[in-house]
Amino acid sequence: MTVPELQEETAAEETAPEKEKMVLVAASGDLDKAWPVLILATTGAAYGMDVTIFFTFWGLSILKKPGTGITGDDWRQKMMSAFHKGTPDGLHLSKLHFAGLGPSMMKSLADDKNVASVQELLDLSIQLGVKLWPCQMTMDLMGLTNDDLIDGLDKPAGAGSAISLMKDASIQLFV
Amino acid sequence: MADTTVDARNLQCPMPVVKTAMAINEITSGQTLELIATDRGALSDIPAWAKDTGNSLKEQFEENDEYHFIIEKA
Repeated sequence: MTVPELQEETAAEETAPEKEKMVLVAASGDLDKAWPVLILATTGAAYGMDVTIFFTFWGLSILKKPGTGITGDDWRQKMMSAFHKGTPDGLHLSKLHFAGLGPSMMKSLADDKNVASVQELLDLSIQLGVKLWPCQMTMDLMGLTNDDLIDGLDKPAGAGSAISLMKDASIQLFV
Repeated sequence: MADTTVDARNLQCPMPVVKTAMAINEITSGQTLELIATDRGALSDIPAWAKDTGNSLKEQFEENDEYHFIIEKA
């Protein structure tokens, strides 16, 4: 690359307006929370924003690979994963769960009304360049490894990285 | 006639906005896009999205319970 070309490139980088940032904290593994998180994330991306979702505590269940069974090494971790399996298709409803009857009714309703599923919205988020950050501490707490989570995620991070992003973001939401 | 058409009929929020945004990335400045949607939320979402992203909503009309939006890329 010649010097003028280099200068031109640097100038282009400088003039490109920095994208507005949106940071969402997904702390819940409930179906009725995962849905709005992903709807807002994909819409933020449609607005041309730089969107990051930080998944912590039960929010990590949204990122579990379909088919993931019992996870962790410790009996307590195993027990928790047995009772709360997670995966985009295995999320519970915060109200009217009724041992899984509630979510299946909600999902069949969503299907009838053509509402995109959590799985579809998650795939769309990745396609739109939404950054998905799993919380390292919760992964350790629950005994989750990178292999238990879906592909396409960013490196696990902590509260410091989340705050650093949120400080400069125009939208920060804790869901 | 618009340069490209987005068929978001029967799709719910957030798909009309998301599909429009994806399609607008594929056209060049000054070209137009026609969105056809049935989601009533689009009636307020699309004008808001166009205003905030700087694209201009040239025309909006309803025909056979379908909402049409003509958007020119900024």
